[in-house]
Amino acid sequence: MAWTRKILRVNLTKGTCTSEALNMEWAMDYLGSRGLASKYLVEEIDPKVDPLSAENKLIMATGPMTGTTASTGGRYTVVTKGPLTGAIACSNSGGYFGAEMKFAGWDMIIFEGKSDSPVYLMVENDQAELRDASHLWGTSTWHTEEQIKKENQDPQIRISSIGKAGENQVLFSCVVNDLHRAAGRSGVGAVMGSKNLKAVAIRGTQGVGNIANPAEFQKVVAEKKQVLAENAVTGEGLPTYGTQVLMNVINEMGALPTRNFKDVQFESANDISAEAMAKPRESDGKAHLVTNQACFGCTIACGRISKIDKEHFSVVEKPQYHGASGGLEYEAAWALGAANGVKDLEALQYANLICNEQGFDPISFGATIGAVMEMYEKGILDEKKIGLKAPFGSAEALCELVDMTASGEGFGAEIGLGSKRLCEKYGCPELSMSVKGQEFPAYDPRGIQGMGLTYATSNRGACHLRSYTVASETLGIPIKTDPLVTEGKPGLVMAFQDATAAFDSAGLCVFTSFAWGLGDIQPQIDAACEGDWSEEKLQEVGERIWNLEKMFNLAAGFTKEDDQLPKRLTTEPAKEGPAKGLVAGVPEMLPEYYEIRGWDKEGVPKADKLKSLGL
Amino acid sequence: MQKSLYIDPEKCTGCLQCEMACSFEQTGVFNPAQSRIKVFTFEEEGRKVPYTCTQCDEAWCMQACPVDSIKLDATTGAKVVQDDTCVGCKVCTIACPFGTINYVVDTGKVAKCDLCGGDPACAKACPTDAITFVDSGWTGLDKMRKWAAKANEASL
Repeated sequence: MAWTRKILRVNLTKGTCTSEALNMEWAMDYLGSRGLASKYLVEEIDPKVDPLSAENKLIMATGPMTGTTASTGGRYTVVTKGPLTGAIACSNSGGYFGAEMKFAGWDMIIFEGKSDSPVYLMVENDQAELRDASHLWGTSTWHTEEQIKKENQDPQIRISSIGKAGENQVLFSCVVNDLHRAAGRSGVGAVMGSKNLKAVAIRGTQGVGNIANPAEFQKVVAEKKQVLAENAVTGEGLPTYGTQVLMNVINEMGALPTRNFKDVQFESANDISAEAMAKPRESDGKAHLVTNQACFGCTIACGRISKIDKEHFSVVEKPQYHGASGGLEYEAAWALGAANGVKDLEALQYANLICNEQGFDPISFGATIGAVMEMYEKGILDEKKIGLKAPFGSAEALCELVDMTASGEGFGAEIGLGSKRLCEKYGCPELSMSVKGQEFPAYDPRGIQGMGLTYATSNRGACHLRSYTVASETLGIPIKTDPLVTEGKPGLVMAFQDATAAFDSAGLCVFTSFAWGLGDIQPQIDAACEGDWSEEKLQEVGERIWNLEKMFNLAAGFTKEDDQLPKRLTTEPAKEGPAKGLVAGVPEMLPEYYEIRGWDKEGVPKADKLKSLGL
Repeated sequence: MQKSLYIDPEKCTGCLQCEMACSFEQTGVFNPAQSRIKVFTFEEEGRKVPYTCTQCDEAWCMQACPVDSIKLDATTGAKVVQDDTCVGCKVCTIACPFGTINYVVDTGKVAKCDLCGGDPACAKACPTDAITFVDSGWTGLDKMRKWAAKANEASL
């Protein structure tokens, strides 16, 4: 079975926790995690609801592979209506929290309503209760984890929480679990904050024992782990260098967005790369990188744990940050570094750890700082308004602005709005590099054309994790395509979008898809779950999820106009590198994409498409 | 040849595949809470350390057991809890200096590593060779090789 078949429903208004049966019909159509939680959300909330009102709901969901021996089977998804975008938000995270939820016997937890005062949810197997969290309110995610373990005298509790950013409803705040992992994007942390829900603490000792065919499952899981181990990316690149393996590669492709996407190559990329992290520092002779870190069940271990230089200006008077901490990962290193022209690796690590500690998304934060720095250089914002000098490349400004955003003080409160609202406020909306209000990640769509369409059509706003065509356009996985052309990309994007939705919904990490296709996860799911799970069925589940999310967004008020890139990317050609002279070809790709999706010219799914998917 | 579990914490990534494999082998359920091997994380230093019973020759758990319910498996060298006679008195958990034998509330008995009868599931599941099952007389061989290489380098 692999599902626990149980949902915990927590009504924060009434203060009640109730158990209910999982809708197995929906599980058969949506698998789990991202897909199944999205189905519940769509059925239970009005798409036009204010994301930060009591009427919005927030769901934490595991998949059928979560808490099993399948490699990377430890993920959970946070699904809600996102305050940064107003679109359906689904952010997934690794670490250990998701598996613990499963071990406690729950497929998902649905939070509804709003508590009068700060609370946290304590779950111990079948028992769940809301507890006072007023003593945790105003503290960091790190303090919250430590304190909950201490007061329950149980170091084995796993916790997911918000920091000050979520409490202050920073629109790109996230939910952090196990200190350094996060359901990072779209502002899911602000929804928790709006509900006065500080944390979810879980201790599960029941395990997962209801695998449909355990012997077959163990056999196929071992085979598929071997596939990961023998693959150049999942067996060598990611374990050795982490996601930061990409920094120099993407820069050489001319697809590393630099200084708010004014440039596509960063002259100091090597200073903030995986290679730089592993090299002994001049200051103290020690390498930044301490060790590799896996999430639950992961045999890849792309995570990094680093120590900052104690003498660096950002922490010289802050010994609490001298210990080991998560990062840097590629997306964060890019957003905090290249996107702002900052080349000080230690400053990036400082900004990254504050993002983790106080719970906000380093991609959206860093990209928003990119917009702030451009506004500063253009004279739209000045030193008086910001409170400091903020030219491109200033590590000092980055470190001060991250503190201000964490505390919500001064100009930090405005940064917390995200780049779209901030740029609109100061009369220059064209400087926000975002789609549907969510900032771009680390791939310039002029140099990797498929990523332009990926950003434009992503149901949760600009995001690389909905269809990572970089795999094909850069690494040749599963087939090599030319990153500089638009031909064939609509089909490629669609295939990646649907497959990714299936991976996410299984409870597996999308990074396995460097080595695994649907044909590799299919036998694992089939051995674990009841029902007949073919590759075709998984593909259809992915397509159904994509269309379900799309229908939610349309009902929420999104139109074709929201499937466009900022004009910088479609009118200002790349100035250097292999993509020199190119703009992002989204306008020419979009009609074809709609057509092969079975959508009309306005991007609305046609009746027969919806019918064929049972929607 | 007798073999022992040998643990190299430096190679551990904290994935917990060992805990999952152990619990599945021992109980048929994926459940780290029932694993006989535990991975400890030391956040401040960023270290992960798997830890389990080392099968002492002079096993204090075995000597302390008042009903002789911990027996030596002469082939593997493992000290194995006999579920049919264990009375759950927990004296062994006090006697063990390392904490690697523990009481299980659900069964009313104690549980410890039994080397899976000579083919430990944790070692097979470890993706980074942080846990290996090697010649008991030569658990230090890898470390010696590493230092030998270093000594050789220095003499070049």
